[in-house]
Amino acid sequence: MQHDSKFTNQKFKLVGTRVMRPDGVDKVTGRARYGADTFAPGQLVGAILRSPHAHAKIRGIDTRRAEKLAGVKAVITSADLPDLTDGDAELYNVLENCMARGKALYDGHAVAAVAASDAETARKALKLIKVDYKVLPHVTDVDEAMKPAAPIVQPRVRSKYRPGKRTNVAGVTTYGHGDVDAGFAKADVIIEKSYKTEQVHQGYIEPHACLASVGPDGQGELWVTTQGQFAFRNRCAALLGMEMSQLKVTSSEIGGGFGGKTHVWAEPVALALSRKANRPVKLVMSREDVFRASGPASSTSIDVKLGATRGGRIVAAHAELRYGGGAFPGIWGEIGAMAAWACYDIENVRSVGYEVVVNRPKVAAYRAPSAPMAGFAVESTVTLMAEKLGIDPVEFRLKNAAREGTRASYGPTYGPIGIVPTLEAVKKHPHMRARLGKNQGRGMACGFWFNFGGQTCADLAIGEDGTVALSVGTVDVGGARASLSLIAAEELGIPYEQVRCNIADTASLGYNDMTDGSRGTFSSGMATIFAARDAIEQLRQRAAKTWGIAVKNVAWKDGKAIAKGKRKSLTLKELAEASSNTGGPISGHNQVVADGAGVSFASHICDVEVDPETGATKVVRYTVVQDAGKAVHPDYVEGQFQGGAAQGIGWALNEEYVYGEDGRLQNPGFLDYRIPVCSDLPFIDTQILEIPNPNHPYGIRGVGETSIVPPLAAIANAVSDAAGVRMTHVPMSPPRILAAIKSSREEQELTR
Amino acid sequence: MRYEAPTSTREAIALMSGAKGDAYLLAGGTDLLVRMRGEFIDPDLVVDIKRLPGIQEIRKTARGFSIGAGVPCAALGRHKPLLRAWPGVVEAAQLIGSDQIQGRCTIAGNLCNASPAADSVPALVAATAKAVIVGPGGRRRLAVEKIITGPGATSLGKGDIVSAIELPNRPPKSGDAYLRFIPRTEMDIAVCSAGVSLTLGPRNVVKQARVALGAVAPTVVLVPKAARAIVGTRLEDDALQRLAAACEAACSPIDDKRGTVEFRTEVAGVLARRAAVIAYERARKKR
Amino acid sequence: MKGIPVSTTVNGDDVEFVCDGRETLLDVLRNHLGLIGAKEGCGTGDCGACSVMLDGQLVCSCLVLGAEAEGREIETVEGMADGEKLHPLQQRFLEHAALQCGICTPGFLIAAKALLDHNSSPSESEIRYALAGNLCRCTGYDKIVRAVRAAAGDVRRQQKARARRKAAAQN
Ligand SMILES: Cc1cc2nc3c(=O)[nH]c(=O)nc-3n(C[C@H](O)[C@H](O)[C@H](O)COP(=O)(O)OP(=O)(O)OC[C@H]3O[C@@H](n4cnc5c(N)ncnc54)[C@H](O)[C@@H]3O)c2cc1C
Ligand code: FES
Ligand code: FES
Repeated sequence: MQHDSKFTNQKFKLVGTRVMRPDGVDKVTGRARYGADTFAPGQLVGAILRSPHAHAKIRGIDTRRAEKLAGVKAVITSADLPDLTDGDAELYNVLENCMARGKALYDGHAVAAVAASDAETARKALKLIKVDYKVLPHVTDVDEAMKPAAPIVQPRVRSKYRPGKRTNVAGVTTYGHGDVDAGFAKADVIIEKSYKTEQVHQGYIEPHACLASVGPDGQGELWVTTQGQFAFRNRCAALLGMEMSQLKVTSSEIGGGFGGKTHVWAEPVALALSRKANRPVKLVMSREDVFRASGPASSTSIDVKLGATRGGRIVAAHAELRYGGGAFPGIWGEIGAMAAWACYDIENVRSVGYEVVVNRPKVAAYRAPSAPMAGFAVESTVTLMAEKLGIDPVEFRLKNAAREGTRASYGPTYGPIGIVPTLEAVKKHPHMRARLGKNQGRGMACGFWFNFGGQTCADLAIGEDGTVALSVGTVDVGGARASLSLIAAEELGIPYEQVRCNIADTASLGYNDMTDGSRGTFSSGMATIFAARDAIEQLRQRAAKTWGIAVKNVAWKDGKAIAKGKRKSLTLKELAEASSNTGGPISGHNQVVADGAGVSFASHICDVEVDPETGATKVVRYTVVQDAGKAVHPDYVEGQFQGGAAQGIGWALNEEYVYGEDGRLQNPGFLDYRIPVCSDLPFIDTQILEIPNPNHPYGIRGVGETSIVPPLAAIANAVSDAAGVRMTHVPMSPPRILAAIKSSREEQELTR
Repeated sequence: MRYEAPTSTREAIALMSGAKGDAYLLAGGTDLLVRMRGEFIDPDLVVDIKRLPGIQEIRKTARGFSIGAGVPCAALGRHKPLLRAWPGVVEAAQLIGSDQIQGRCTIAGNLCNASPAADSVPALVAATAKAVIVGPGGRRRLAVEKIITGPGATSLGKGDIVSAIELPNRPPKSGDAYLRFIPRTEMDIAVCSAGVSLTLGPRNVVKQARVALGAVAPTVVLVPKAARAIVGTRLEDDALQRLAAACEAACSPIDDKRGTVEFRTEVAGVLARRAAVIAYERARKKR
Repeated sequence: MKGIPVSTTVNGDDVEFVCDGRETLLDVLRNHLGLIGAKEGCGTGDCGACSVMLDGQLVCSCLVLGAEAEGREIETVEGMADGEKLHPLQQRFLEHAALQCGICTPGFLIAAKALLDHNSSPSESEIRYALAGNLCRCTGYDKIVRAVRAAAGDVRRQQKARARRKAAAQN
């Protein structure tokens, strides 16, 4: 059935209210079950042996002593995960990442695994496995990896970077339009600047965990913390040679993902162990494993060149963006190149993205993947330009901001978008006029994210008591069940409490793309509306049948069927109660490719205080302004804004992967991988703007990701204002800031 | 792994000195369990000291205070006389970890773990604290700085147990303070730190001082030159500058994931200066 | 390997279990006693997701050996509500949307309860420092701090009501 997804500007009764979430009580009483919270009869404990080397040839693995240990039920190596990828290079990369095949590519790469009767036995068994490594030269830095003499991480990588030769650059992509050289020729002022950002991790508090069970009949079940049960099913089935429909994947409650749980890591290993042992296997990653061997975001090195007229118009922009993708080729440089200039209307613009392979764990998506680093470089340079031109940074951005009809640097022409409104809101915000204290400074920056729609499917079943069970296939990462229930209730015209939203397993609903690209509420919201309309169609038919009139004469309003000339209406409840006599159960269904996810913009304001003697930076005030399209549940929209900002603040100030000379990760734990703690942050003020997405019946846009994009530059701009130093290396940790303060002092003394 | 929770000191000493394989004492466990989890150690025997007699007590003695080796740091702040006499030691102990960690961690464990970055140690050294050791050789008393011999290494012998940490009584007009640098506001290990203890004489001139630095060398560093820089002064600017310079000169740190050589050296001086000012103010306000 | 028999009290109930010497209290709660409310976010004391009360003291259960629980009293998130009635903190966490994914929530609830039990009028800064041992990656802590502040008000009202009732009974 075709559905009209155009925005209708209807008046909402429920959408936009702050109702209690249906999964709340379970989560405050300790009942909710996450990845590690389920148990199967006879379950074994799985554990993975990981490479201590950044790069090493595996000459042999001796598992005999481990196999003989009492209580060990299965030991596997890559030989137990045969290559069934049939030329699918991307799938092969996933397979190789799950278990090293002849070569360990990073510190933490899995090389073998065991399943044993208990954790202590599994731990001992791992110690009994002997791996014969030949250590190879390694490279972990993006810029180093691009040099011709760098050790080659993946011999199979080829690209136009060094045609016909081995290289660590797996891809080069270019975006933009106009004549950039001609543009720079017209510029009165040109700024060129280079930036670096270190590798960061999503840092979800729940480690990867699953319970896998595969029998000799080829049937299997997987309970797993994931952002996409269907994608996990497809991946795991392909890697293990199982039929899709034979593997049922159930998504547990998820303890944070932010992109990191869109990829399979240990799940295929757990399934292979279970298959070999013919017992259920529970596999839970340690925090150390999560840092060493699940996908962080890229480290980057970026050059930006920006040209403007004295009047404050950007006439040319160019960026070269080098993204370290870990040990496998990715698309991270490309996404960074697409996102880099998306906030602005620029006549001559170009960006080039490089995919660089290094001896680090395989990079995964992290909230608006690749955009924060590009945003850091671009938004720092934009503020620098404004300063150089003597124009207020907000005004300068307003002069150059993209608008409806602007051709985006990455290709499409924008519809109605929110960057100008967020900038106007920033201009008016009292935060911009608040007094600053000693050693304090203020900065602002903008951010952009594409958002995504994709394949979606929803079922809506009406019980005989008139309550509604809504089944969706997008994992709820934080409040989506409340939002989707609101949407179903709104559409049906019934109270919120009468809807219960359930996240379906892969055996109970058609395929859904993952909860990524901020698509959960956008796309499942759309499918829910259409499924509800499908159900309303049937409700009208039942009413027509009851009344003995034509369906076209029956309308649906406020949860009731009404018809001209009928004094009485038929409520949803009455129709449901009678359903067994009017044609059986009533349910609505929809499957859709949810196109038209509207792009999203945000502008952030930030005040920091820098201790000039130690370089310590404290965020003292923070404001997020973002376009939500339509905030279905404002609490959880604010929560997304705040959470993203906090992650961006951590990234900007203290989070980084520290590698030693030996290529080993030095800080695989929360003690030294420093995510913000409660006392590090102020309240994070939010302002929700609603510029409806014309491609969604309710005007919804994705809201989950954009908020992580502006903080890096907002903080850099604030630090510059507070301490007079322009930081070009993220994180702006105290040693880096103190060194910058010292060298700027020395420079000033020299020039005096 | 065997776990024992003896209720007599003699039993504990016997268990430890008779142990075959790797044996460890367990106080709060906030270092020990982390090291077990990280596979840095794999004990065959763990002897929990928390059920030993008197180990959970803070006692006021003729000499000063005796803090049992099992007393969690959270309890130090609740002991008002101790807090009044040694606010710097208490604040150092209470910087360790979170409220959760505070409920378990001990200053004896902090000392015996022998991390160069241990927070309570510079404050204890500045305070001339002593460790009471019981072991197969009987009972003895040792200055805390004599316990630590290197990163993770102590002078304790097989079967030795630190049973208490002792702090002396305070002369009038005395104050102490401890500051550390961490990148976040909580939950980090010190990048560098400074403990200062001082006593004022007539007209609020510093009569006596001790300055100790943490995380800038393999072990805690006592810096007599820094102390001399402020003795005889009222912490005028130039005295503070000399103190900071002496501290910087005493640093021999390393570059690691937590900080650089330059950063540690420079900030150690800054912290010592700031801690001296706090200690001085505390001393001045006392009678 | 010989297991260690342990008798203890969890949420007021007498409990017995046999554990391995290396097993932590968190392992025991989750794997032997079926109490999955306490979570393992790190296993090394850094995240607070495993927070429980041990003899009235807030601790990370991942840094306590199961064997240490002998003769002690343990309280977990499962014991927080009074029958059907949620604790004010639980109620306020729901009302203020102080959880997104919710994995950190049990730990925050226990840590916040430990705070309010001895200080029912904490300042914002006191709340933030008291909760610094609990990591949340989803919320930026904003709504958590607000929820704790609101719950503190409830606790103060409860205390006043109790005091009034006591005074009335004495009169
Ligand atoms: C999350 C977290 C944060 C932390 N933050 C800090 C911090 O900010 N600052 C800091 O300094 N430390 C920090 N630590 C480390 C640790 O908490 C402290 O060192 C603590 O004081 C150790 O005390 P404990 O009683 O827990 O020691 P335990 O772990 O019980 O013991 C530590 C070592 O000392 C030995 N030992 C213990 N008691 C005795 C005794 N009586 N006699 C002889 N040997 C003994 C043990 O065998 C062991 O080797 C942190 C740890 C964690 C997990
Ligand atoms: S699991 Fe115990 S503190 Fe993280
Ligand atoms: S709500 Fe997800 S970690 Fe706190």
